[in-house]
Amino acid sequence: MSVLVFAETSEGKFKKSAFEVTSYGKKVAEQLGTNVVVLAINSSDPTLLYTYGAEKVLNVLNDSLKTFNVKIFANIIKQAAEKENSQVVILDSASNSLYLGPNVAVNLNAGYVTNVVALPSSTSPLTVKRKTFSNKAFNNTILNTDIKVISLAKNSYGLIENEVSGSIEEFSPSLVESNLTSERIEQTTGKVTIADADIVVSGGRGLKGPENWGMIEELAEILGAASACSKPVSDLGWRPHSEHVGQTGKPVASNLYIAIGISGAIQHLAGVNSSKVKVVINTDPEAPFFKAADYGIVGDAFEVVPKLIEKLKEFKANNA
Amino acid sequence: MKILVCISHVPDTTSKINFTENDSKFDSNGVQFVINPYDEFALTRAMWFKEKQGATVTVVNVGNVSTEPTLRKALAIGADNAIRVNTEATDGLAVAKELAEVVKNGGYNLVLAGKESIDYNGGMVPGMLAALLDFSFVNACIGLEIDGDKATISREIDGGKEILTSNLPLIIAGQKGLVEEKDLRIPNMRGIMMARKKPLSIVEPVNNSPATSIASFEKQAAKSACKLVDNVDELISLLHNEAKVI
Ligand SMILES: Cc1cc2nc3c(=O)[nH]c(=O)nc-3n(C[C@H](O)[C@H](O)[C@H](O)COP(=O)(O)OP(=O)(O)OC[C@H]3O[C@@H](n4cnc5c(N)ncnc54)[C@H](O)[C@@H]3O)c2cc1C
Ligand SMILES: Nc1ncnc2c1ncn2[C@@H]1O[C@H](COP(=O)(O)O)[C@@H](O)[C@H]1O
Repeated sequence: MSVLVFAETSEGKFKKSAFEVTSYGKKVAEQLGTNVVVLAINSSDPTLLYTYGAEKVLNVLNDSLKTFNVKIFANIIKQAAEKENSQVVILDSASNSLYLGPNVAVNLNAGYVTNVVALPSSTSPLTVKRKTFSNKAFNNTILNTDIKVISLAKNSYGLIENEVSGSIEEFSPSLVESNLTSERIEQTTGKVTIADADIVVSGGRGLKGPENWGMIEELAEILGAASACSKPVSDLGWRPHSEHVGQTGKPVASNLYIAIGISGAIQHLAGVNSSKVKVVINTDPEAPFFKAADYGIVGDAFEVVPKLIEKLKEFKANNA
Repeated sequence: MKILVCISHVPDTTSKINFTENDSKFDSNGVQFVINPYDEFALTRAMWFKEKQGATVTVVNVGNVSTEPTLRKALAIGADNAIRVNTEATDGLAVAKELAEVVKNGGYNLVLAGKESIDYNGGMVPGMLAALLDFSFVNACIGLEIDGDKATISREIDGGKEILTSNLPLIIAGQKGLVEEKDLRIPNMRGIMMARKKPLSIVEPVNNSPATSIASFEKQAAKSACKLVDNVDELISLLHNEAKVI
């Protein structure tokens, strides 16, 4: 018996979410009275996982796995789960893990739940709380199968340090054939992505036009934040689609979300209300976003944002 | 090409979400149902293949009779025929198993679905369907071209995109980018008239037990009031000292 965690790497380095799922997996294993085993593929330093409670790490080292392939990776997770006799398999919510989950579940004949936000409230039957209705509500889902696959929502559990003296085992799974070939990856370099960001700075139609995004990007840069936008802004072509957040765009689950010139339509709020702290800057005191925010400034973005940039620069200089 | 488009029937995005029967059921009272927004991108792309490259387009939903108006809407947008698998959709794996039967029986070589349903948010049905059928699968698909038997597909990844190729059969889970927002179709009068005569067949489910079940629902907790501040100094101080996020 064991709990298996898949710790995602990118170019050999663990994603932050890999530490979050390890922390979570360790606790679930405790609840079930069993051990946690973490699977990593081509990690350059698997010992980093010990800090978050990984008692045993299976590290797969294989150059042909430098390129992600859903079928091959899912099959490796399956082999690891079988070898370790895992009852529960835990994945994070990065794009590759969300891609893998359904395949892993089918091949393990397992029930699968995504968007999980808390530790199981019961272990028999295994019951977890998950976000549903596009963040407008939660449900408590029971998994009825022998093996369960859980995908943890980003930033919902956090990184919990729990140092153990773990061990690394090299694992050489067999690789299945796939008809799907990766031709190339086009990375938008140098920018913090919405998925990884602790802070997101977002602009709406109140900013009037794409020429005014300089201050949004500057604010984002000072805060080490990702920039984002409302749906009409990307529909109008002011900003790329990849920045559109909301119910039908990217979900945001950052520590801080700053909404500038965004009214706070229900579809926008649905996608951002998992952020821990929300700040709104809007000229209209009646804008619905004020009801959903923690802090607000009623004011003109073209006056407030430049001042905020100036003061944040001072703040950063003093707190460096 | 034989295309199958998977259509999820979901509450309109403006819906207020409420529950009944001791928070055990979604309260559909007064709720307007629509084609899942992600599935609209898939359906519009399917129409493009039909018109530009020649294809038949079937739409399918796993659901009870209340989902038929949503399927009729997809027919009005231009699908050739519709299938409803007559069972309540409660669990992703069970839905995927029903869809797998439909794909096998219909001999479809391209299945277009949405990235996730905006009610259940499982993000699982298309990937499970692909795994059950052993078809190639691309998640979070933002571009699809077909040339004969060969598909070129783009998918969104954290911080960029990946371009992939595969032979058919293929399943994709689509989103914005698959087609542009402005190209999404809405049914016109002629389409609505024609949709009434198009075949909508009802098939009975294969019996399979759900892998998951929902014990209860909870609404988001009410938020405490927003603190309005007058100047940016105060904001920075609150974010640093109180919220501790900067
Ligand atoms: C099916 C469907 C799905 C949708 N999905 C999404 C989604 O995922 N994400 C999303 O964002 N939207 C979504 N929408 C759209 C949503 O309903 C709203 O139309 C949209 O969020 C509004 O964007 P906005 O706030 O930028 O623009 P507006 O509503 O036009 O608001 C602009 C705001 O800027 C303020 N403002 C104006 N000038 C200034 C200034 N100088 N300084 C400061 N503030 C100023 C105004 O007071 C106003 O509140 C969806 C809609 C539908 C129908
Ligand atoms: N009951 C259903 N009938 C047909 N297709 C569905 C159904 N549920 C989900 N799908 C398809 O699967 C996609 C992802 O749904 P989900 O896994 O529920 O998030 C949707 O966008 C649809 O294309």
